[in-house]
Amino acid sequence: MTRVAPRGRGIRVAFAALGAAAVPSLASALPFWLRLPENVSTYGGKIDDLFYLILWITGVIFIFVELLLLFFLFRYRHREGRVPRYTHGSNRLEVIWTIVPAVICVVLALLSRRSWAEIKQNMPQGAMNVEVTAEQFAWNIRYPGPDGKLETADDVVTLNQLHFPVGRPLIVTLRSKDVIHSFFLPEFRVKQDAVPGMTTRIWLEATRVGQWEIACAELCGLGHYRMKGFVTVETPEEFERWLAETAREAG
Amino acid sequence: MSAIAVARELPAGVHPAPTSFWRKYVFSLDHKMIGKQYMFYALFMLVIGGLLATLVRWQLAWPGRPIGFMGKLAPEGMPNGVMLPEFYNSLFTMHATIMIFFAIMPILIGAFGNFVVPLQIGARDMAFPTLNMISFWTAVPAAVLIIWSFFVTGGAAQAGWTSYAPLSAVMPKGQTLWLISLLVLGISSLLTAVNLITTTINLRAPGMTFFRLPLTVWALFITAILLLLALPVLSGAMIMLLFDRLLGTTFFLPKGLIISGQALTNAGGGQPLLWQHLFWFFGHPEVYIMILPAMGITSEILPVFARKPIFGYRAMAYSIMGIAGLGWIVWGHHMFMSGMNPILGTTFMISTMVIAVPSAIKVFNWLGTLWGGSIRFTTPMLNALAFVSMFVIGGLSGIFMASTPVDIFIHDTYFIVGHIHYVLFGGSLFGAFAGLYFWYPKMFGRKMSERWGKIHFAFTFVAFNCVFFPMHFLGMRGMQRRIYDYTQYVHLKNLQPMNQFMTIAIFVLGAAQLILVVNFFLSLRRGERVGANPWRSNTLEWQTASPPPHENFHEIPTVYRGPYEYSAPERGADDHWSQNEPPAGRPVTAHG
Repeated sequence: MTRVAPRGRGIRVAFAALGAAAVPSLASALPFWLRLPENVSTYGGKIDDLFYLILWITGVIFIFVELLLLFFLFRYRHREGRVPRYTHGSNRLEVIWTIVPAVICVVLALLSRRSWAEIKQNMPQGAMNVEVTAEQFAWNIRYPGPDGKLETADDVVTLNQLHFPVGRPLIVTLRSKDVIHSFFLPEFRVKQDAVPGMTTRIWLEATRVGQWEIACAELCGLGHYRMKGFVTVETPEEFERWLAETAREAG
Repeated sequence: MSAIAVARELPAGVHPAPTSFWRKYVFSLDHKMIGKQYMFYALFMLVIGGLLATLVRWQLAWPGRPIGFMGKLAPEGMPNGVMLPEFYNSLFTMHATIMIFFAIMPILIGAFGNFVVPLQIGARDMAFPTLNMISFWTAVPAAVLIIWSFFVTGGAAQAGWTSYAPLSAVMPKGQTLWLISLLVLGISSLLTAVNLITTTINLRAPGMTFFRLPLTVWALFITAILLLLALPVLSGAMIMLLFDRLLGTTFFLPKGLIISGQALTNAGGGQPLLWQHLFWFFGHPEVYIMILPAMGITSEILPVFARKPIFGYRAMAYSIMGIAGLGWIVWGHHMFMSGMNPILGTTFMISTMVIAVPSAIKVFNWLGTLWGGSIRFTTPMLNALAFVSMFVIGGLSGIFMASTPVDIFIHDTYFIVGHIHYVLFGGSLFGAFAGLYFWYPKMFGRKMSERWGKIHFAFTFVAFNCVFFPMHFLGMRGMQRRIYDYTQYVHLKNLQPMNQFMTIAIFVLGAAQLILVVNFFLSLRRGERVGANPWRSNTLEWQTASPPPHENFHEIPTVYRGPYEYSAPERGADDHWSQNEPPAGRPVTAHG
């Protein structure tokens, strides 16, 4: 994708512009029941665009194949005197319907690869750090205190309350005390398992202030369904105020 | 069978026909009887698995609403009829376990593998008849154990059918029984796999080359190879988990585990993701183990009722092999969110995208088979067509989760549950129904009622889609799977009406299966009697009596052509051409 010779730059820009114009309309052309819930994270839009792109591609294939099937069933239904076509296949068709799906799938994989690397592989600069330690059936969330560092005496710890400021990336270090849990913020398009014995880092950034919920997405026992937390995204000032207040209360 | 049949001299090397009740119906060595035994076994477990699913759906439609009689039936899991979360977890765990290991696999591999393969290749029995009997009678205690586990302290296993450690290592006793049951069943499956492979390689009739094999045999042969190679990995992992539970080992338990406030003293050194790697290294081939035989059955039935050769026979056989080969390098796509290195996720995404290709080839070849045919809408054909159309949905929805970024959102949501049910119910089970209606006349010498078969099909097809299609929408709203009460979440609360609709549909789906059960049993006595070849099919099983005599074929047939030579121009008005019919100009008695 990126290995296009300089000569191809014009074409590339044209494609990029076309893509940028097409992708949002991919979503807006869909009825509400085919759309994902509101997205409030910076990279969530890329996930949604891929989803809608795949929805369009598979949707068109689905309708084409099922209509063709129905057409064949109607057109070639048994009638007195119909002579079935005696054929064992066609190598040309086999080649076509091997290559076309293969190209579509590989292109989708390449398109996905870049967003995946951005979301899961590369951590952003200048982020705020928090630690989330999952246990049956709660989320322990640890914030750096006034020294700005984690794992020090002035850390602030809350239960099930994740607060962070808008407009600044957040790096979450995930751990688990007991069994596997999964840290799921649907509106942020964030999901990552918290595995005991492992430390996993993920990042996210909010696009607006508001309140949402943290869900556990990996079966973790009888209280799995109520392992719920709360996300509050605030302005930086509000966040600082909240953190100071929480620290004072914890005393 | 008639007195003449008993008195007849059997050819050398054939085990004698049993005369006692026990040897004929219970400890039978005959692959046809063992196939039927597996069928009853699988259908019985299918009913149990279905009832469990209905209870799951009840809770999802009306969380916490009591079911009076369940309070008496399961007082510990549902006191006063109100379901407890741990019982709910048991229900979906056991639903999946029973459906996958005790219903779908036994009916596709145990029933059709045993009954159909020797007949289609022109053999007198499986290669190892005694092993075959042992295989079935090993599967029986496994089923007893898994049902018994509902009644032990703490109830049945509740860590999901995937039983991720460490949760599965710390769950009550039911989990131990789950492990032992599946280990025992694994032995049974391995014996069947060895038997199927040996039979297909060694007992093919003269002239039955590999590329004249019916596609059902191809599919079951490759499936058996997958089973033989994949199951030992699961068994190994389950033995390790059993040791972690009972003997204090720590294969899957890392250091510093604190369960319910208590430090696990023996924990240390283990790795929870090891279980996932081992489980899915088995688990992904397992998915194909459950779909390949149904693909084979579909490829068998479409040519018979379109009255034309299968389109791209070799492409069909090669794509089965392609799926089987690629199936070994895609297991990591179940683990994109597990904390596995994301770079590894990218490689698994690419291999997963590639494995969609052989499935697409199969769908297009099925369409090609219908193109220009003369299609008869019999009950087996309707179910095979349902397989094609529903498998398309299950295959396409798989592309969403293959894309790693999209999987971030839909992983562990109902989108996945919708996907697997389109593959396993829409695919495997419609394939099994197709096979059941298709081979029933060969098994019992009578047809099932076509009219009731069509009514069963219509209700099943519509209700199936009403239950499972909305699951994609639930997943798109972010509703997690395996969740006892989603109304806890603000963003999921308004999904209740959709869940209620799905639950009402599952009652219809369940009720429709009663039609199948009644049709099945009534037709044993009242069904229309049929001759050897009621569907005018070419393959060898239809060239002998229905039901076949004890030794299957009085004389081993000689094969002259491929299995799907329908409507050949040189045959004129006769649109079928049996595999064993000697070519024109050759004396009928001639042998290969």
